[in-house]
Amino acid sequence: MKILVPIKRVNDYNVKVRPNQSNTDVDLSNVKMAVNPFCEIAIEEAIRIKESGNAEEVVVVTVGDEKHQEQLRTALALGADRAIHVKTENPLQPLDIAKVLVKVFEKESPELVLMGKQGIDGDHNQTGQMLAAMLGLPQATFASKVELQAGSVEVTREIDGGLETLKAELPAIVTTDLRLNEPRYASLPNIMKAKRKPIDELDLDALGVSPKNRVELVAVESPAERQEGIKVESVDELVDKLKNEAKVIE
Amino acid sequence: MKTLVLVEHDNAEVAAATLSTVKAASLLGQDIDLLVAASSQVIAQKASQIDGVSKVLSFVDGRFDNEIAEDVAECVVQVANDYNFFLASSSTTGKNSLPRFAALLDIQQISEVIEIIDNATFKKPIYAGACIATVKTNQEKNVLSIRTTAFDKASAESGNAQVIEMSVTDTSSKKSAFIKNELTVSDRPELTSADIVISGGRGMQDADNFKLLDGIANKLNAAVGASRAAVDSGFAPNDYQVGQTGKSVAPNLYIAVGISGAIQHLAGMKDSKTIVAINKDEEAPIFKVADYGLVGDLFEVLPELESKL
Repeated sequence: MKILVPIKRVNDYNVKVRPNQSNTDVDLSNVKMAVNPFCEIAIEEAIRIKESGNAEEVVVVTVGDEKHQEQLRTALALGADRAIHVKTENPLQPLDIAKVLVKVFEKESPELVLMGKQGIDGDHNQTGQMLAAMLGLPQATFASKVELQAGSVEVTREIDGGLETLKAELPAIVTTDLRLNEPRYASLPNIMKAKRKPIDELDLDALGVSPKNRVELVAVESPAERQEGIKVESVDELVDKLKNEAKVIE
Repeated sequence: MKTLVLVEHDNAEVAAATLSTVKAASLLGQDIDLLVAASSQVIAQKASQIDGVSKVLSFVDGRFDNEIAEDVAECVVQVANDYNFFLASSSTTGKNSLPRFAALLDIQQISEVIEIIDNATFKKPIYAGACIATVKTNQEKNVLSIRTTAFDKASAESGNAQVIEMSVTDTSSKKSAFIKNELTVSDRPELTSADIVISGGRGMQDADNFKLLDGIANKLNAAVGASRAAVDSGFAPNDYQVGQTGKSVAPNLYIAVGISGAIQHLAGMKDSKTIVAINKDEEAPIFKVADYGLVGDLFEVLPELESKL
């Protein structure tokens, strides 16, 4: 079985991203970049499936400029077998990313696509569902458990009220939630080995995808600050304030 | 043109999230229809009483019990010609099915809308709420997921919409099959619709100590939540999680106990009307957003608070 893992290059999750001075976009200059945390979980899950003997090959793919090779190398160091870099200078929106992934899916014919549920930059949470729709394949989003069976996958999903379990015939698209696994760190020998693993380069034109600016970014601002309140000295004072000042309890 | 809102439900009641989504839809100034996919007509009948709705398109089939994304998206596509706006809440149900449908109609969805400026311009949080983006659509048809805490709820009783029974056409798309649900059972109100929420963080130290919150929650008829740190540490189940990677809540009263106030937690609760922070570290960032802060040991404060309510 082959597993395809689409990944995204985003800001390091520890960095607090701020608007730029002209409030036209976020300021990412000098911000450390990394593999999106949800994508790391997808890579980890794919590698574990391979290690358990249920998959032969893990292929990672990303869409973006030259710098995206850093994240592909990271994925290769973690244990992916090979990588595909779809080159484009301009960032694409989820619908166009999904169109690119359709083409990659058709070239690679994986049995399973494992990908992060959302990027921690745009917080869209769309690409996996869109890819499944365009391919006419089943989807199982927000996975906290993935169990492969003969010809199918059983996925436990994080939903608002608790958990839901779905079964999907393969090929299927699964998006990962935080509790699925704890990703490993790449070892130094594996980082060295990753340098020799192949990265295939493709460009958008060759794939026949022409991105459109469907939704434009007009402005980026910091959220409205909440006014800092007061410190109370005791539980009695707190209860009194909540009853008589805020009037939120009786 | 008209606006279509996807109704979320548990086969017994219309979800509160749908009421907020209808309210957001009303700001677009167009006729609003609802789409219900359920296993009986009960939900459509209830949805028809939501204020400001013209028609309810009711798809009834046994397989709609669990709102499988593939099924819901197909129903929407079937009626899509009559609409230029498609809205659902950004609950896990909406997040699951809305992009699937958007892709089938070649529409770039706009997620987590918190403000409708005009019918082409919307605000939404990005980077876990660290920034607010204003986006403008160039598309004729648009799909919006609605951050429900940013909008009031439409009345669930004053409407009188016409219910139209729709026939289900099946397509060739392959689908996931429902196996089972394991839902958290509680006598207390649901986290996202509760008037009062009390949440615990890493300061709770272990799962057993979370019971200290239960007593207060019972007295206040509050829901219990948790920070991601508490969930990651195994103190509370994931569906308790409040924050960018969990639920967004905006109750009248939010009590944060032993929560430091990471940006990703604040993103999920800072729209609450009154915020109380209880933390032993007086420098904790949570105090910056709290209306009332109490610096103290939660293991002393919580029992005292419970006894005095």
